[in-house]
Order: sequence, then C-alpha cells, then structure tokens
Amino acid sequence: MFTGKQSWTFPSYPCILSSGVVAGPFEKQSPLKDTFDYIFDDRRMGENTFEKAQVVLMEEACQQALKKAGKTAADVAFIYGGDLINQDTGTTFASRSLNVPYYGLFGACSTSMEALSLAAQAVEMGAPLVLAGTASHYAAIEKQFRYPIEYGAQRPPTAQRTVTAGGAALIGPSGSDVVVTKSTIGKIVDHGLKDPYNMGAAMAPAAVDTILTHFSDFQMDENDYDLIITGDLGDLGRSLALEWFRQKEHPLPEAKFQDCGMLIYDNAPEAMSGASGTGCSAAVVFGKILDDIKNGRLQRVLAVATGALLSPTTYQQKESIPGIAHAVTLEAKGGGPL
Amino acid sequence: MMSSTKSNMETENYKQVAKRMEPSRPVGMRSLKAFLVGGFICLIGQCIQVFYMTFFNFNEATVGAPTVATIIFIAVLLTGFGVYDKFSQFSGGGTLVPVSGFANAMASTAIEYRSEGYVLGVGGNMFKLAGSVIVFGTVAAFIIGIIYAIVTQQWEVM
Repeated sequence: MFTGKQSWTFPSYPCILSSGVVAGPFEKQSPLKDTFDYIFDDRRMGENTFEKAQVVLMEEACQQALKKAGKTAADVAFIYGGDLINQDTGTTFASRSLNVPYYGLFGACSTSMEALSLAAQAVEMGAPLVLAGTASHYAAIEKQFRYPIEYGAQRPPTAQRTVTAGGAALIGPSGSDVVVTKSTIGKIVDHGLKDPYNMGAAMAPAAVDTILTHFSDFQMDENDYDLIITGDLGDLGRSLALEWFRQKEHPLPEAKFQDCGMLIYDNAPEAMSGASGTGCSAAVVFGKILDDIKNGRLQRVLAVATGALLSPTTYQQKESIPGIAHAVTLEAKGGGPL
Repeated sequence: MMSSTKSNMETENYKQVAKRMEPSRPVGMRSLKAFLVGGFICLIGQCIQVFYMTFFNFNEATVGAPTVATIIFIAVLLTGFGVYDKFSQFSGGGTLVPVSGFANAMASTAIEYRSEGYVLGVGGNMFKLAGSVIVFGTVAAFIIGIIYAIVTQQWEVM
C-alpha cells in the first residue's frame, strides 16, 4: 500500500522465513563471525577468478537461506538482487545456476534493502516465496572501481574496505515471527562530493533524507525504533549523518544510530573508515539484526542501506557522487498476520 | 543541476560540514615515512651497485642497468607474494616513486588481469597504470631536453 510521499506499507506482514550469510576468510576476524552461516577459507571460493568467487558467495547465501527454511530453489517465485560488478553479472550468473525468475537490480550498496522492499511487495501481491540478496567480493570490486589489489596505492583515512560477503533472505506470506512492515525508497541526493575514497560522506545526506522522509511518511520518529542501522557509511559517514540530523533540527541519539560498515570490522586497521560493498548491509541485516529480532533483543529496526551510485568513468570525468538510501522496517511479530 | 536556491544553499552547507569533519590526512608523518623508506630503497640500490662493481665486471657507467633490474625483480617478487601493497600503505611515495613502484604498477596489473587471458588481459592491461608514467616521462624528458639545449646553446654546435 502506497504511503506518504515515497513509502510502502505492507499490511499482510510479509515474513522473513530464513536468511543466509556467507563471508570470506578476511571476515573471520569480524566480531559478527558467529552470525555468519558459512565462512570460506579460500578467498577465491575454489574458483579461478574473483568474479566467479562472488557468484559463489551469492549462490551460497541463497542456498543457506533455502536450506534453513527446508525449501529448494524450485519453490522460489522470484529472486531480487544485484551487485557492483559491471552489468550485475555476479547476481545474474548466480540466478542462472539457481534457475529462478530474476529481477536484476542496481542500487550499488543500497541494493539489499531495495531488493527486500521489492520482495515484500511481490509477496503482498501473492508471490508464494521470494529471495532477496546481494553479494560483494573485495578483490572483484576493487578491480571494478579502484586499483589492482596488489598495487601499492596509499589509501586515505576516509577509505573503506569492500566486504567479502553475501547475504540473502527468503520472504514468504507466513511462517515466521520476523516481518517486513514498511519501506521507504530514497531519492538520489547529491551534494557535490567527488572523492571516491570518501563515499561515506557522499552517502550520509541520502541516509538522512530517507530516514527523515520515512519518519514523516509514517508520522513516526526514532522513539518508534530500537535501532536505526545504516549500510556502509563508515566511521566518518556516520558522524556526518549525525551532524546533518542536528542541522536538520532532528538530532538522533547516537546509541540508536549504528552502521553495518562499522560493525563488521570493528576498527580493524585495514578497513580504515569501515566496511562497504553490497554485501555489507546484507551480511549484517540478514545476519545479526535478524538474529537479534528473533531472539527478542530488538523489537523494531529500521535498516537503511546506503549506496554511492558512481562508476569509474563518472569519477574520472569529475562528476560528483550521487548517493541513495533505502529504508526497510523489520519487526518481531508474535501472532503472525491475521 | 540544483534548481532552487534552497537546495544550493543546502549543498554548500553540506560541503562545508563534510570538509570540516573530514579527518586531516597525516601529511607530515606520511612524508617522513616516505622519505625514510624511499631513502632506504636507494641505500639498498647503492649496496647492490657496490656488490656488482666489487664482484662482477661492472664500472660506474655500466652498473646502473643490472642494479635497476635487481630492484625491479625484488619489487615484482614482493608484489607477487602480496606484500608490496602492505609496505606501500605504510610508506606511500617512498615505495611508489623509485623504480620499484613502477615495477609494482606493472606486476600488480598483470596479476589482476591474468584471468582475462594473456593477450587481452595481461598484455592489454599491463600498462594501464604504468603507461601514463611512460607517456608523461617521455613528454617531460622531451620538453626538458629542449630547454636544456636552448639554455646551453648546444643546438649551435649540432
């Protein structure tokens, strides 16, 4: 049901039946490693290219989610997903092997929540079972956007590290206590920042815009949420977002405003300002956050995946970095829909 | 393009906030590290030079080539073992500016694009980063050469 300016309400309470999160060997040091379903020991995931390795991440995340729900890919009506490799091939190739009708999305690192919102809509419209997921592989994405991984370019402190992880959620009309109730689709917010090594700053105003629009569309505020978690703003992006909330005269309490990109690596020096990548918000939201909702540690969470919609061509042509953020409300529901 | 003045003001305001909050880059510290590591690489080069001149049949004029080749070999080896980029994060320009940085640029790209095959992958991409060093190095040498010729009037004797 369309709500407010740019939001959806899901009155039938689409459920997240299960989720799968897989990660690479570097992510073993993550404080969230216990919330991952599988951690690969090989950074190529047994494949001969990093692009194929990312396909495996996506496939495995989907398979883990299906396995936990006792389903197979044949039961799934649609898969919604996307990634950061040119032409979304990472997700396309995974969908090819899963053999599921496929909606290919591009929202950069905001794809996870874009996919989840669309999946919830599909379930509202009667789809029996839908997958939503994304994956990113550090080496494949560095190659796509930056320098060769062995090239000795010094990174500034604002740089972020692309996470090697995949996350997928299986959404259906009933059968679980974790439900998707609302979503707000963000518009492009571009305040003219151009530094591809400071994407947190480029995305922060988009996150703020989407969150404030979400509040006004549903006449809610931060008190209605236990946690508002952004995708990959990183340390600097999160501080900037908090400052921007203050400037917009809607300050948020710091403890309630977390960032997936900061949780994954927990100040590991290689990660600089934090994690990034499509897999970042997917791995944390479909892993730790869903676990916390299931176990009653959180009641209602606003997951806001943030994306920087640049390409290597646009930043070399000195274009600014457009930011976007999509918000999805996840909550615990004891009694099911009715 | 922003149309209304309100959003223009907001953009300017945000740029200022972002600039104010961006952590300052530790330029002084990084320059010092670059200076020391770069100098250390040159010291190693000097040692190699002395080694070749002492134990092999090289003189001051001919020792440059094998020394550079040795440094390149070491840099490529370290790149292949996946440690060169870790040194570089520490030392920045110190490992980038010497010939070892050039070797790293070539080797890392070759490794990166190996998956696209030898011809279109390795061959076609090896100069992706190093190419501009060669192009602008040559252009700069040409311009400096002309200036040198004018200043020293060597064009007359030629």
